[in-house]
Amino acid sequence: MNFEEHAAKPLLKTAGIAVPEGGLAKSADEAAAMAEKIGPCVVKAQVPTGKRGKAGGIALASNPDEARTEAERILDLEIAGFPVNSVLVEQQVPIAKEFYAAVLNDSDTKGPLLLFSAEGGMDIEEIADKHPDALVRQPIDIRTGLSSDTIEAALPPIDGVDRKALIETLQKLYEAYMQNDAELMEINPLVATTDNRVIALDCKFALDDSAIRRQAELAKSGAPDKLTELEQRGQDIGFKYIELEGNVGVLSNGAGLTMTTMDAISHYGGEPANFLEIGGNAFVLGKQALEVVLGNPRVKSLLINFCGAIARTDVMTGGVLEAWDDVDPQVPVFWSISGTGEDEARAMLKEKLGTAPYPTMDEAVKAAVEAAK
Amino acid sequence: MIVHGNESVLVQGITGTQATFWSERMKEYGTQVIGGVNPKKAGTQHLDLPVWGSAKDAAKDQDAAIDCSCIIVPPPGVKSSVLDALDAGIKKLVILTEHVPVHDVMYFLAAAREAGASVIGPNTAGIVTPGECFVGFMPAFNERVFKQGNIGVISRSGSLGTLVCLDMVQAGFGISAFIGIGGDPVIGTTTRDALQCLDKDAKTQAIALIGEIGGGMEEEAAEYANGMTKPIVSFMAGAASPPGKKMGHAGAIVMGDKGSYAGKKKALEAAGVTVLPTPSMLPDALRERL
Repeated sequence: MNFEEHAAKPLLKTAGIAVPEGGLAKSADEAAAMAEKIGPCVVKAQVPTGKRGKAGGIALASNPDEARTEAERILDLEIAGFPVNSVLVEQQVPIAKEFYAAVLNDSDTKGPLLLFSAEGGMDIEEIADKHPDALVRQPIDIRTGLSSDTIEAALPPIDGVDRKALIETLQKLYEAYMQNDAELMEINPLVATTDNRVIALDCKFALDDSAIRRQAELAKSGAPDKLTELEQRGQDIGFKYIELEGNVGVLSNGAGLTMTTMDAISHYGGEPANFLEIGGNAFVLGKQALEVVLGNPRVKSLLINFCGAIARTDVMTGGVLEAWDDVDPQVPVFWSISGTGEDEARAMLKEKLGTAPYPTMDEAVKAAVEAAK
Repeated sequence: MIVHGNESVLVQGITGTQATFWSERMKEYGTQVIGGVNPKKAGTQHLDLPVWGSAKDAAKDQDAAIDCSCIIVPPPGVKSSVLDALDAGIKKLVILTEHVPVHDVMYFLAAAREAGASVIGPNTAGIVTPGECFVGFMPAFNERVFKQGNIGVISRSGSLGTLVCLDMVQAGFGISAFIGIGGDPVIGTTTRDALQCLDKDAKTQAIALIGEIGGGMEEEAAEYANGMTKPIVSFMAGAASPPGKKMGHAGAIVMGDKGSYAGKKKALEAAGVTVLPTPSMLPDALRERL
């Protein structure tokens, strides 16, 4: 779950990291009022995506009038598909030096990883590309944490910054990461000011989706995913549905098998209409799944591909068939069934619809693609 | 990471609905399930097997060390269950639970590394050694899907892994070992670890590596594959998935070029791995390579 800057920065503040003075504004007038209070400021679009600067979503304002004009312009923008509904108005700080700092869940070292670069002011991909040697990568043992000695040894010599304050900030960044079950806690840029302070000018925070349950309070301030109506319905019911451009509807189980089904559709010249898996704990949701997939008006044929490991094909097939008369599919349906519970599933299919699944997934896919043409 | 028929297996969380169904299947198939753990039902019997309050208590009751633990407890309890199993001296842990907070995973993986234990998962469908036993949620007992043989299969996904084993067996091959490594972003046994294990396994003559978009595990495995003599064929799911969206598996997300299908394909092909566009093409490709 991603968080917008205004929702992420307080987490740094709680951990003891300095952030610029300022606040959230939902209108140009509010932005001007904030500027009145804090003086020369930065007006920043609040959307859960990067590259806001390049999209024109960040502007400097030296007085309230400028803040009003810029806020008005920015509040009209749409950045990467997200309409800008609010701006963060913050005091300008005298920047001496910019750094990059982050702590993230690292799959390679299987633990937290501190990233730091004395070359800031660009995104991490660019840093990794242009200054790979300048990027400090410090693995952390999550059981013992991050000591100042470890950071001291990991950092290169850096001019123009209070080194002790920088090290403390990085320790606090790790605290903020730990406290909030972060997948990523990033400060870019982290700056040293001309008056020798260390301040976080931005913050990107992604909460581990698996930790939402135990961070329920925090999750309330997260940015909701941008969902279509059907995607929202899927989420409300409790399964992952993603609407796509094509016309072959997909009902499958397990993330891996579902992606494979989409790949096969595309390989045989068709285009999938959706991603939908009813595996895991969602395999009893056959009826709702059928309704959501067929709720997409682009769907010209439906491919039902079940391969049972934990998810039992008899339970899933039963769920779909139970809903059959209610939903009354108006498009041709193609079945492929194998794995746990397949004999029972085949028998149900024969009894209810008088049909049999295709012998292989590929044959079912080819037929579904052909029917959608 | 391969489980054998003579190994003792403890099921932590045995009394749950899923765990009950699958523990029965494991027993029937030949897995040496010695019992389970549920602190609230310590001292009772379940499936005619003893239930202990902890893995440590279970270990005290045994003459020999417990070889393997299968963990099927709700997400908030996984960390303490793993630490309990490590405390009990168990060296092979198969964690089936999905949605375990990643900070917990990193914690118990560090503890496992120190204890010299291997962890498979979390969010794995398990491991199968056809003809001997299985641990997890896999239809090992389905003869259309699993038959003894010499092909090792590695998969992040249980459902896709099942499909691949089915395709192999229907094409006349048999399976030496199936290793489900799990779909989470941080997991104990990586694709590379599983590949190394199958490379050293005497029964395995060739390998089907089933990957998925996201992360860097396939690229890392390609480095190891480079020095191998056993032929490897591969299918990777997600070529048709749009970038930037999580496709059910938390690990399956592409950001920029990292974790992309094209990057993984290139790395594997450079290491001599045959990469196929659909899983049904794996058996023919394998036949050509053998």
